[in-house]
Amino acid sequence: MLPSGVARVYRLIVLVTVLKPLSNLFLAWGMQRMPNMVSEHPLYLIQALFEPLVVIGVLMQIGWLLLRMSLLSVADLSYVLPVTAAGYVLSTFLGRTVLHEQVSVSRWVGAILISAGAALVVSTPRITSEPPRTAQ
Amino acid sequence: MKWLLLGIVIVSAVLGDLLQSREMKIAGQNSGRMPGAVKVLRLIFERRYLLLAIVSMAVSFFAFLALVQTEPISFAVPASAGSFVIETLLAKLWLKESLSGRRTLGTLVVLAGILLVAR
Repeated sequence: MLPSGVARVYRLIVLVTVLKPLSNLFLAWGMQRMPNMVSEHPLYLIQALFEPLVVIGVLMQIGWLLLRMSLLSVADLSYVLPVTAAGYVLSTFLGRTVLHEQVSVSRWVGAILISAGAALVVSTPRITSEPPRTAQ
Repeated sequence: MKWLLLGIVIVSAVLGDLLQSREMKIAGQNSGRMPGAVKVLRLIFERRYLLLAIVSMAVSFFAFLALVQTEPISFAVPASAGSFVIETLLAKLWLKESLSGRRTLGTLVVLAGILLVAR
């Protein structure tokens, strides 16, 4: 059985990995329901923040950001990046199943490679550097 | 427009992530434990570089929103992962993280996967 601190870090990794693709799904879903005016003027992006699906996506992004910042306090950036890249696999899966996007064979092979690489990195030490000396 | 938005997503994400990693590592070292969500919120307002990191992430987020309106999510998500390579290199050079053989191999395998997914 894992020590509680280590278990907490792994729970956080799973949450950070899953929350990002889910929020991306809601954002993409919401944005695709909006009229295509963003390319005409960036201020139309503000209007998107009133679309309910985008709101759900934004709230999930805020949660993801806070959890990931917490994770970065106990793990290297070069550890967090590949490990949480497993979320790309979930994004591909959600794009295919929920948004009915076409996913080619090469994309599925890529998704498998991402999972394999993430598994390799997760077996390395989480932290390898001392924080900078300046406190602020 | 598509590539301009993608560029903004990548550059601002790199800046945001590097600053977040640097500042949160200091915070973790100072408190001796992993901060919860409330503590992280407080840190954002206490540490000015963390605030800058959040602004960068917000810029990246809005550029991403604009990108997914016209491009499929299965392109936008993996393509924006171009930041992955830059961030890993800068993590080694600027944050002085150690890239062991296994971590480097894993990172390269993930990168190959991202490139395939982005095709």
